[in-house]
Parts: sequence; structure tokens; C-alpha cells
Amino acid sequence: MRRAWLCTPLLLATGGCNATQSTLDVFGAEAREIRHIAMILTVGAIVILAIVVALYVRAVRAPEGRLSHEAGMRMVLWVGAIGPAVILAALLVYALPAMRPRPTSPVDMVIRVEGEQFWWRVAYVPPGATPMLSANEVRVPVGRTVAFELTAQDVLHSFWIPGLAGKMDMIPGRTNRLVVRAEKAGRYRGVCAEFCGLSHALMAFDVIAMPADAFDAWLARDSVSIARSAGRGAALFDAQGCGGCHAIRGTSHVATIGPDLSHFGERLTVGAGILPPSVEATAAFIRAPQATKPGVRMPAYPQLSDADARMIATYLKGLR
Amino acid sequence: MTDRGKWHERLKVTLWTLIVPPILWAGHFLFSYLWAAISCAKAGAFMTFPIVFVAGTLLALALIGLSGWIAWRQGGTPGSSAPHEDGTDIDRLRFIAKSTLLLAGLSFVGVLFTVLPVIFLRDCM
Repeated sequence: MRRAWLCTPLLLATGGCNATQSTLDVFGAEAREIRHIAMILTVGAIVILAIVVALYVRAVRAPEGRLSHEAGMRMVLWVGAIGPAVILAALLVYALPAMRPRPTSPVDMVIRVEGEQFWWRVAYVPPGATPMLSANEVRVPVGRTVAFELTAQDVLHSFWIPGLAGKMDMIPGRTNRLVVRAEKAGRYRGVCAEFCGLSHALMAFDVIAMPADAFDAWLARDSVSIARSAGRGAALFDAQGCGGCHAIRGTSHVATIGPDLSHFGERLTVGAGILPPSVEATAAFIRAPQATKPGVRMPAYPQLSDADARMIATYLKGLR
Repeated sequence: MTDRGKWHERLKVTLWTLIVPPILWAGHFLFSYLWAAISCAKAGAFMTFPIVFVAGTLLALALIGLSGWIAWRQGGTPGSSAPHEDGTDIDRLRFIAKSTLLLAGLSFVGVLFTVLPVIFLRDCM
């Protein structure tokens, strides 16, 4: 029974442990600095707490009159006022430089991300080239400085990739800059960190840190024209009016109301980081998006048969 | 010592002078916000040599230091030994003087902590 009491806080403390969305398991320089500061603050706080408790115990046990009034006052002055002021000043001087943004140059990659209820509009803007549109997934080159330009379309959102950097608010009508540098390739996860509506908790995205060469090749593939097959799925996509909101490069669909689906097939999740990238999950989302994402703006398609929804999903999964 | 040399003793610390250091701290805090907001709005960045900010900060620190010094001198009025906790005029004076001195110390540190971000941060975000 006593062990159960110990286990509960331990389970609560370790329940969130994972490698893809963690401020402790980092892959970016900014997050590494933040973790370093957090470690120093935590260890320092434990040391100070131990000293205070030790002094308290000593004071309670000491016989009355052991310290003169003057000596006691001197201790209050040094340990209670001057000591904490000096420690806090030192911590402030140590931690403030971390708030300075990383310097950027004009050749650095800019990634524009706009928060919408409840997904992410992403545009890669390489210097001197046309932007490449995407959604619900962010790819960053390892070892290069990347500047995120963040804004929102409807309400406040907050862009947070815990393993890469601190969070930054996305405010309608304003562009915030977040400069980062990934240091380790891998698959990670980002989330919306500001309550934005019913599906706020279901507004996430995949983050893929790629070796710089692979990133360049990935980004360049859109400069060649993409041939899109015209099958039953594509015909259904047209007939159901999906193109009224979604764009697919290489087709006549260029709308920008909903997420860009040009490379839907390579996404690691469906519905902004919440569903597995399967045909079944995609088909179910098309027929009833509200079922998995309350408050989503995409209309439901209950009139669509399961087979037709699967056809569209299969077509989308083929877009690479 | 002439009367002229004891002006800080003639200026008795009261409950009104007690609140001078925190008011200076609060005033400097407001001044810092206004200075940063006006700089960012008019110049788009913190000024390269923020003379107004430096002057305002030095003035606040000097006035806080002065009130702390006056309080310290008055708290040190010779007399009976500690603790000074009787309902007499001299003990009341010592109490208010010590409180003013402590508040001056806190306000001094508070102003310095308000200034530090300006030294380290140079952009309006």
C-alpha cells in the first residue's frame, strides 16, 4: 500500500515520456539551451531547498537564546535578502541571452506557417525561389538555420515543437519570427499550444528533420511538373467538389481554403497529426470529419458510399 | 555640526516617506515600458544609445539610494540597545526608518532587474 503511494506520482511524472514530443529529448539547438537552463534551475532549486530545510531544522532544534538578536538580524539580511538577490541577479544575467533570437542571413530558409482551426498551412520559401505549399507537416534541414514566420488566420494559436525550440504565438494580423537550428535527423511532433477551439488538442503536426542534401532534393522535386493519374478516385474528387477547398498541384485544383493535398501520400499522419496514414482512416475522415475532429470546418460527406470514400482516399494516398 | 549639516535629520521619516522607494520603482517600471513601446513604435528598434532610458534609470536609482541613506542615518539614531519594539517616538522612528531602508533595498534591486532585459535584448520581437 505504501509503495502504491510512491508509484502514483512516479507514474504521473513519467506518463508523458516519449522521444518525439519532448523538451527533454531534444533535436534542436534552441531546445538544448532551454533544457540546459531548466536543469540548472531545477538542480539549483533543490540545493537551495535543502539548505533552507536544514537551516529550519537547526533553528527549530537550537536552544533559545543561542543566537543574539543582532546575529539573527545579520543572518536574515545575508541569507534572506542579499543572498537571494545576488542569486536571482546571476540567474537573470545567465538566462537572458537565451531570449536573443539566433542571427539570420538572407540565404537562410524561411518557412511560413499559418495556424487555422484546426490545421497548419505551411509554405517553404527558399531564397530566390517560388514558395512550395504544404500542410500539417514541417520538414527542416539538419545543420542549417531556419526562420519560421508565424501567423494565424482566425484565432490565436501557438506553434510549438518541444524538441526543437520554445513556443511562439500565432496572432492574426501579425507575423512572429522563430529562428531555429535542427541538430539531429528524425521524426518528431509539434502541437498547438494555445487553446484555439473545440479541436485544439487535436491540432498537431509531424516534424521531420532531414539531412540537408535530402531536404534540398525533397524541396526541388516540385520544380519539375508532376504527372497526376486520372482514375476513378480523381473523378470522384472532382465530382464531390473536393477541389473547391483543396489544391493538388498537377491538376486543375488550386483552391487554398483547406489543406494542400499535393503530397498527401507522403504524410505520416492524417487530419493534422491525429490519425494513422491509412486508406481506412482517410476514408472515414472524408465521410465524417466531425467524428474525429469536433468543430472542424470541413463538411461531412455522409452521402458518399464507403467504397467511394475509399476510392478517393486511395487516390490521395497515391499523391507523392 | 551646524543645523545645515543635519538636514537629513530634520527631514523625519514618516509613513509618507516610507512609500517613496516603491513608488520610484513603480514609476521606473512604467517609464521602462513607455520608453520601450515608444522606441519600438517610432524607431522600430531600441535606440542604439538609449540616453533617456539611462538618465531615467540613474535618476530612479539615485533617488532610491538617497531615501535609503536618509533612512539608514535616522535608523542609526543613538539610544537604547535592540530590540527597538516599544511604543515610543524614537522606536517608531527606528521602525519606519528600517522599513524604508529595506524597501529602498528591494526597490533598488527591482529597478536593476527591470533594466537587465534592456541590456540583453535589443529587438522589439
